[in-house]
Amino acid sequence: MEVLTQVHEKNLVAWAKDRPEVVVFSGDLTGSTEIGLFKKHYPDRFFSLGMAEQNMMSFAGGMARDGYTPFVHTFAVFMYRRALDQIEMSIAYPNLRVRMFGFLPGILTPGGVSHQAINDVGVLRTLPNMTILETGDATDVESVLDVAQAVDGPVYVRMVRKDIPRLFPAAEPMQLGRSRILSRGTDIALVSAGICTEEALRATALLGAKGVSISHIHVTTHKPFDDPALAQQLACVKRGVITMENHTTVGGLGTEVAEMMAEHGIGIPLTRLGLRDTYAHGASREYLMKEYGLDAISLVHATERVLDQRFNINEEDLAGVRLSQFSGEMQLEAL
Amino acid sequence: MSSSTQTEAWVDRATRVARGIRRRALQLTIEKNGCYLSQALSSADILAVLYTKVLNIGPSRAPLKPPPFAGVPRPGLHHLGADYNGPRAPQYDRLLLSAAHYAVAVYAALVETGRLAPEALADFNADGSSVEMIGAEHSPGMELTTGSFGQALSQAGGVALARRLKQESGKVWVFMSDGECEEGQTWEAVQALAHHKLDNVGVYIDVNGQQVDGLTSEVMNIEPLADRFTAFGATVVTVDGHDIEALERAARTRHAGTPLVILCYTNTACGVELLEERKPNLHYVRFKSEAEINRYRDYLREM
Repeated sequence: MEVLTQVHEKNLVAWAKDRPEVVVFSGDLTGSTEIGLFKKHYPDRFFSLGMAEQNMMSFAGGMARDGYTPFVHTFAVFMYRRALDQIEMSIAYPNLRVRMFGFLPGILTPGGVSHQAINDVGVLRTLPNMTILETGDATDVESVLDVAQAVDGPVYVRMVRKDIPRLFPAAEPMQLGRSRILSRGTDIALVSAGICTEEALRATALLGAKGVSISHIHVTTHKPFDDPALAQQLACVKRGVITMENHTTVGGLGTEVAEMMAEHGIGIPLTRLGLRDTYAHGASREYLMKEYGLDAISLVHATERVLDQRFNINEEDLAGVRLSQFSGEMQLEAL
Repeated sequence: MSSSTQTEAWVDRATRVARGIRRRALQLTIEKNGCYLSQALSSADILAVLYTKVLNIGPSRAPLKPPPFAGVPRPGLHHLGADYNGPRAPQYDRLLLSAAHYAVAVYAALVETGRLAPEALADFNADGSSVEMIGAEHSPGMELTTGSFGQALSQAGGVALARRLKQESGKVWVFMSDGECEEGQTWEAVQALAHHKLDNVGVYIDVNGQQVDGLTSEVMNIEPLADRFTAFGATVVTVDGHDIEALERAARTRHAGTPLVILCYTNTACGVELLEERKPNLHYVRFKSEAEINRYRDYLREM
């Protein structure tokens, strides 16, 4: 598995080259949100707004009204929590072309509760006009800018950064409202998003070897959530649906899938893996994924419950299928 | 015409416009059984000066009689609010209303300056009308959606930054209420305007010293405003908000490299002195009895 680093940092510079309407806003997190290279290449299109996120979001709305497309970069929590009313009144209601890049989704930071965006999708999904995207690999990160920029309205992007795997072919870009179907099966539909997809892939190979037939779907568009191909996959499995998200199970992917199943009259059990209506705390990604049941073994156990079978898969078996070798710096990464 | 005669002419006009704003706001308060009257009384002179002299804007591009509410913003739907302030062009100023509760005063100013038909006010706060009580960007004279306070100054910063990048000469004027100085975002905004040296922004603040619960000095003190804005990097001018010529002179203050803040100290009962008896609870004026309504009706006849 290829692991790439600073994908957004490099991609944004190349992508923005011939797009003079694109300006970048930084909330004092230039290095942490991978826009240092943009600042270096296009200093006239880079604006430091400091630690004042309410102002930054409204400022972005104002600039979008006059023909520019602000790409606002900061940690997700400082946007959707700290400046929600500004996002609603200055950006979402007027349906303005502002792109919000929310970093540190879910438990992807040892920074603890203040830095972990565990309910951003749930909160922002209730905003009319808002499009919500999530990245899970290098190909998603490279292609999300095109997807976002084609939307005539505000877009929120859950971003992954630093060392990220390439799970999907570089030639198969993210598409708005279209999931990636990674495997087709008849027992279980597994719907994952963001970093959970890589984790799920560690388990699906072993489960497949045990005879479980899995439809695995990677979701990149949380809103609008109406991919007919996804609905079709949910409708054609017999035993159950499992969702796996780096987010609370309230309002995010699990809820989206529940709504879709209800609207399509798909009456099979739904198991939602994610943070179960709880805040998290500061620790490493691997530790937190295990603690909150977002890891491969949790998926194995959920599958066992759904199928009422035991597969005798243990942590050691899963350790053999670690897809990415992350650098030891992950846990120590600067905020 | 000599320059002094010209001055007299516009001052007379501004004075007439201000008086008209007050009269129309009082009339609506009586007819509609309630209105943001005190805000219109405190700001009438400021808005009159903006619309008759300070703003460099073109003629209205919107219908004299506003169409009904056409829906919330969406691709393909053009909202008319800003069109009442003329076309967007590089050389023209923009007026961004921060305190949307002042809608009635803006509507009345538009009527008094020929940008809106007097009949449009009959639709004030009527179901399905775009002439809403607290308007949004579909409402005459409003470019932004600002009923949630303290957001327009930041948005003005974004507009001003864009206009600077496009090398447009027009200025961005913001009309704010003093209560908004209690919002933290206001200070974030001034900080950012000063940091980015956005000297194409000018702000008129109606310092009427009054908010929903009563006097600002008792609810949440905001003074000393001039010192605060100065400390945050703005050029500050303090004026009597009912002195037409002083209000205009303030707009010509040199403020290279900094935003301009004009603190207009005003009286919420100015022009309708009967209201003094109701102070300080003047946020939303609704007359309570037939006798009270009749007293104000008599007062209106004399205005």
